[in-house]
Amino acid sequence: MMLEVQGLYVSIDNREVLRGVNLTVDEGEVVAIMGHNASGKTTLALTLAGFPQYNITKGRIIFRGEDITYRAIHERAKAGLAIAFQSPPAIRGIKLKDMIALAGGINPWTSKSDTGFVEMILRKVNMEPSLYMDRELNVGFSGGERKRSELAQIFAMRPKLIILDEIDSGVDIDSLRILGGSLREYLEANRCSAIVITHHRHILQYLKPNKVHIMSNGRIVLSGSYEELIPKIEALGYEALIKGATASG
Amino acid sequence: MDEGWREKFKLRAMEALNKKAPFGNDVDLSRFTGQAVSRDAIPDDAPDKALEVGIELSEKKSGIYFQLDHSVILSQLASRIKGLELMPIDDALSKYDWLRQYYWKALSVEQDKYTATAELNRTKGYFIRALANEKITQPVQACLFIDSEGLLQAPHNIIIAEEGSEINIVTGCTVGDRAKRAAHLGITEFYVKKNAKVIFTMIHSWGEETYVRPRTGAIVEEGGVFISNYVLIKPVRDIQTYPTVYLLGRGAKAKFNSIIYASKDSIIDLGNRIILMEEGSSGESVFKVVATGTSKVYNRGQIIGQSRDTKGHLECRGMILCPTASITAIPELIAEHSDTELSHEAAIGKLQEEQLHYIMSRGIPPDEAISILVKGFLDPGLPGLPENLQAEIRRRLFIIDKSLTKGV
Repeated sequence: MMLEVQGLYVSIDNREVLRGVNLTVDEGEVVAIMGHNASGKTTLALTLAGFPQYNITKGRIIFRGEDITYRAIHERAKAGLAIAFQSPPAIRGIKLKDMIALAGGINPWTSKSDTGFVEMILRKVNMEPSLYMDRELNVGFSGGERKRSELAQIFAMRPKLIILDEIDSGVDIDSLRILGGSLREYLEANRCSAIVITHHRHILQYLKPNKVHIMSNGRIVLSGSYEELIPKIEALGYEALIKGATASG
Repeated sequence: MDEGWREKFKLRAMEALNKKAPFGNDVDLSRFTGQAVSRDAIPDDAPDKALEVGIELSEKKSGIYFQLDHSVILSQLASRIKGLELMPIDDALSKYDWLRQYYWKALSVEQDKYTATAELNRTKGYFIRALANEKITQPVQACLFIDSEGLLQAPHNIIIAEEGSEINIVTGCTVGDRAKRAAHLGITEFYVKKNAKVIFTMIHSWGEETYVRPRTGAIVEEGGVFISNYVLIKPVRDIQTYPTVYLLGRGAKAKFNSIIYASKDSIIDLGNRIILMEEGSSGESVFKVVATGTSKVYNRGQIIGQSRDTKGHLECRGMILCPTASITAIPELIAEHSDTELSHEAAIGKLQEEQLHYIMSRGIPPDEAISILVKGFLDPGLPGLPENLQAEIRRRLFIIDKSLTKGV
């Protein structure tokens, strides 16, 4: 088992946001989490990544057999859990190449800088090294560039589980194809698992999830296969689908 | 050498010996001595210390001035660089009578007790001159090194960029381990002639008991450009400086870039004044500071617009890492003409948690993540600085932060 989330309750500023989330992800498995805005998807992602403002009041997070419920952000990352942010911050003064090197465990300021690793990673996400290496981290990046910068940093970390928080938002169709293609390739080559948080099915066409979960009001309320749930979501929308599911039991 | 011509300056200096400076703590200079320990060789640790302030001490390199306490150890190597004159100031004053006209012209000897003391206790200094229309691309290096306990070092430097010339100067000031307590009163006068350009980068690395009162003035003529970069990374007891640039030619430009890492109980009071005297002149000052420990930092900036079509901008960006540190930004814009455009921008705040968590999410521990953010915030990117020196500053910012930000 890659990840096991058991009865997770989370509050922010004493407001309960997750109300008993149960979720499992197997090795090499891709799991999609969908749902309307404010259903708790991003809270779940950032709680799994260890962000301290998300206060876990109940439940456990087991990652590769270890309880990481109260581990710090960087320790989870070191253990193999990586997150691609929906809106990554732009940071002046730090170059993309330095951040990729750091994510790969290389200190770009003390090592004799070998850019080979960074170039290889950038090519994986279709970013021409000569154009992007010296750019400041996410500064002036388009939506698609930001998301590719996220993936580049994540690939450098060589994670075992990737949480993708709306990797498809603000991304045009060409960038989506690049993101989807390079992700699929990485996941398959490394038997890496993924949790894909999204509103749309487009990215899922590339990632072919084994399971789809629908969240509402801080819980997973409906689960099924991609083939089963996606047509229903598209036909009915989340609300009617969830109502139907709750009514039928 | 006939020193009679200096008498008038000495007399004026005597009058100003007790004149306090308008800014900064009043330093009791009687605690320091002009007596240096006699030494005729470069101390073993000097090359490493010099390298910390960007100066590579090597007999093979050209264009180096190295002053140890009051002794000029190296300076003979300028001749290999075409269009450059570099020599101890006393040699230059003996060689060129006309140089006397530049002595105490860009600033006044009676400005305060520090200028006065510097004149009465002058201990060498350098003369750097770029000859007309010569573009000197290789950086000229000057290092002022204090190695004697309790020393008062007061060099007087004059830099002249003749018409149409360009020069890039890197100066480093530092102290050896033997000089725990010292005072540095460096006088520097810049003369940037018509269409000339001076890029001057000063890297300071003082000791925790060093008192520093540099006094600087610059006169920039028509079309001239004066760029002053200043880097201070290590702790210092107390530094206060407030250089003034007079843009007295049409279209003259001045720019100050300061990068400060204030740590321990350092008191750092840095300002600059740009006077836009002639039509089309412009000035800018960008001050970036990170404050930790119980350091106190003041950034004073003043721009005075006195002529038409002039522009000036002051910017202060501060990051405060400890609740016991403080940063004060005091910008002053003075418009003395209706067609001058002056602005200022100041932002001081803590480290952004969102950015810290973001870096940590890549597997980087918090202390290292803070250090990366601090380094990024201060990132030199200084104009005219050779890439190897930029890289060296980045590397040192990284190492120093790591040790100082632990437990923040």
